[in-house]
Amino acid sequence: MISFKVNNESASFEGDTDTPLLWVLRDHLNLTGTKFSCGVGLCGACVVHVDGRAVASCRVPVSSAEGRAVTTIEGLAATDDDLDPVQQAWLEHDVAQCGYCQSGQIMAAVDFLNRYPNPTDEDIDNNMSSMVCRCGTYVRIRKAIHRAAELKRAES
Amino acid sequence: MSARIGKTIEDRVDAGRRRFLIAGTSVAGGFVLGIPAISFGRPAVSEGTSGERQIGYFIEIKPDGAVVIGSNQPEIGQGVRTVLPMLVAEELDVEWSNVSVIQMPLGLIKTADGYTWKYGGQGVGGSTGLTSNWDFMREVGATARHQLIRAAAARLGIPASSCTTKPGFVVCDSPADAIPYQDLIADAAKLDMPEEVPALKDSRDYRIVGTQKKTIDALDMVTGRAKYGMDTVEPDMRYAVIARSPYLNGSVRSIDDSDARKVDGVLDIFEVEGPKPGEPYFILASGVAVVATSTWAAIKGRRALEVDWDPGPNASDDSETFWRENAEALKGNGQVVTDDGEFDKAMASADKVIEHQYEVPFVSHQPMEPQNCYAYVQEDSCHIIAPTQSPSGASRSAAAITGLPRENIRVDMTRVGGGFGRRLTTDYVAEAAIVSKHTGWPIQLVWTREDDIKNDFYRPAGLHEIRAGVDENGKVMAWTQRLASASKYYRRPNMPDDKLWEAELYPDDFPRKIIENFRLEYFHNAIGLPRGSWRAPAHTANAFVIQSFLDELAHETGQDPLQLRIDLLGGERELEYGNHGGPTFNPGRLTRLVKFVADQIDYGTKRPDGRGVGLATHFTFGGYAAHAFEVTVSPRGELTIERIVAAIDCGYAVHPNAVEAQLEGGTIDGISTALGQEITVKNGQVQQSNFHDYPLARIAQIPSLFEAHILNYDETPTGVGEIPVPPVAPALTNAIFAASGVRLRRLPIADQLKRAMTA
Repeated sequence: MISFKVNNESASFEGDTDTPLLWVLRDHLNLTGTKFSCGVGLCGACVVHVDGRAVASCRVPVSSAEGRAVTTIEGLAATDDDLDPVQQAWLEHDVAQCGYCQSGQIMAAVDFLNRYPNPTDEDIDNNMSSMVCRCGTYVRIRKAIHRAAELKRAES
Repeated sequence: MSARIGKTIEDRVDAGRRRFLIAGTSVAGGFVLGIPAISFGRPAVSEGTSGERQIGYFIEIKPDGAVVIGSNQPEIGQGVRTVLPMLVAEELDVEWSNVSVIQMPLGLIKTADGYTWKYGGQGVGGSTGLTSNWDFMREVGATARHQLIRAAAARLGIPASSCTTKPGFVVCDSPADAIPYQDLIADAAKLDMPEEVPALKDSRDYRIVGTQKKTIDALDMVTGRAKYGMDTVEPDMRYAVIARSPYLNGSVRSIDDSDARKVDGVLDIFEVEGPKPGEPYFILASGVAVVATSTWAAIKGRRALEVDWDPGPNASDDSETFWRENAEALKGNGQVVTDDGEFDKAMASADKVIEHQYEVPFVSHQPMEPQNCYAYVQEDSCHIIAPTQSPSGASRSAAAITGLPRENIRVDMTRVGGGFGRRLTTDYVAEAAIVSKHTGWPIQLVWTREDDIKNDFYRPAGLHEIRAGVDENGKVMAWTQRLASASKYYRRPNMPDDKLWEAELYPDDFPRKIIENFRLEYFHNAIGLPRGSWRAPAHTANAFVIQSFLDELAHETGQDPLQLRIDLLGGERELEYGNHGGPTFNPGRLTRLVKFVADQIDYGTKRPDGRGVGLATHFTFGGYAAHAFEVTVSPRGELTIERIVAAIDCGYAVHPNAVEAQLEGGTIDGISTALGQEITVKNGQVQQSNFHDYPLARIAQIPSLFEAHILNYDETPTGVGEIPVPPVAPALTNAIFAASGVRLRRLPIADQLKRAMTA
């Protein structure tokens, strides 16, 4: 049995330990905000945080989460009144079109901003290019990341 | 909620074809308004593309004043769930912040003449989501407002003409006496409907339409709450994947499932029979279904399967052969489908003839949400939950598989993780119904990315040739476009060979009627790859070809590419346009746009070596777009897009935020496709499998200097979703030529530029 935390609550999984974390989250824990898209770590739609760092959950077996803390898009903000600055910025710039990739984009951007609190366009390009948005929301994603950085600076 | 309204409407349908709305009190005590068996001021019954006819729609005002507006159309990211309710809310006269939106299911009613729409025509394709509902939705709102006014007037014993509204209130004698809508709902629900639709607002009085509004579901999307088809969870649901034939039109010879059945969680494995090659289809491929207790168990079970495939009739299909055949075809004579003026005579008298060929590849849709569908087939009912652009297609597919009458099939629509035309076909719905029917279980069918790339209705590929005869002043005397391609009309019933061209050449496109001596010629080339509609279908190919050729013609006759476009397109005038997006095309609107983007990007300013600007403009499905790209090309052939200016004239931007989003996204889609996307076939098999060999553009490829401009033209909105895509590829390759002198006549660009620069 694999035991770990998801969004600050205890979780466990008794099936095949090679099951990707993605499918445990989606099919077994009913956390469907984390999306399946390429299945091989090429698009980032499935990005969650494991111990605070962005991870493509389709690429890692659930066993790798043993004893760790997983955060999904559902756990990023406690309530709608207390959104993460990245989520707030995403709303301000109305980034999403179809929205399917946006959970992963947001989770990746949160981790990125933790590492690059004052990002340049080049930092964004270098760090967010593991992500794919088929609708082409990149122009707004770039603006929203800069805005989120601003909101975070104002918070601290 | 929908079933309640549906019953009301059905009760009244037989009352005759009077022009009325149907009002009633909802279970929760709200005022509910359906619209009309027949919408006002239109032909009594309008035929949809799939034989259904238009019947109804509704809004609801709750006792607490909240307004719920039903959205009847599939939301694929284009913003239809926001823009259609904006129209209703505008005319109803309520605060936008008070509005919430619910997704309506497919509504069909069986009548003596066949099936009719219960909630208005449902389905999104061809950039018509807004335009086909523009009058209709405003009439719904205006009629509800009118009823509320009448209810207030009756209560006060005064004429309705002495009352008006302010957001959420009927105002009669004085603003102090304003009556909240919710206090009038019980009375309003009892009133007969008016014979005629009340007057609609003057556009100068709009408070919601034409203003910046955010996407109504944005909060759900940033918190992960938005539900897509893939997120469907129903009681006792099992998961299924299908191993489909890797060969186009291949079939199952034998299955060894002994290892697959040992995989923990696998419940059932069985063969799924495919369509007969060449015949109309419901599903794309033969295969083997694996049903399991979880998605991962099903995927693992599929990996453990051993299937011996019969490669079938297309086993020797090959992209190289396809392109060779196209080239051979163009050496002969094809089907002349348009022949204006005296083409041969004009060409013979030309001072100079310019001729070039262009190749446009097969491409795949690849929405971020792979295909999937929930189906639960029972003895006398079927429930479908699907991400689809065509809920009625889903209903037809499920009916065909189950044999059930369509009124027994419930189709619910989820939010859709991207459409782009892929979900106009409902093969995955039919597959889910097959698996549920076979097992008796509620089934969530899941496609993987590899399934999605290898089993698509691809955008047709073709080899185009344009030949133009010019006089000594560079004026174009004669023009012909000759195309050898695999027509999009794939396995259509009752489709004669001499109509296949109609999917690939839209004859009334520029420059017809501008160049007098004009000919179009078509050659169909068969290949086993399925074809379908890909965002702006044939416009993507034809705009690339025509806008590239215009640049070449300008350079070879010593003209400026911008000035040549202005000279040819000319001023404002309405030309007849018989294809989708008509009835007219005004080339002067393209002139305005191309001049605008050229101005914005300082077209006239000379750039240093290695840097250049390219332009293109195109009319697509009623809307107009133009792009200016500025790029640099390094001596080693590395391409950088430095700046993009994009402009759209969609008549009137009802929801400017979404128009801008579509202009940005459509432009990036065009870049993504031009840079690296191509589907190829070898030995009857699709060769690409995931994003490593079918790349989508990344953020680093899109410049920060990106301007999206909306140029309103009049008060009539056109569609938006497809309009921005066609000019992108030629604006980009024209810019590459300006920067490097390398003319790219084949898409995708891939490594052609590097090879040309280092040759």
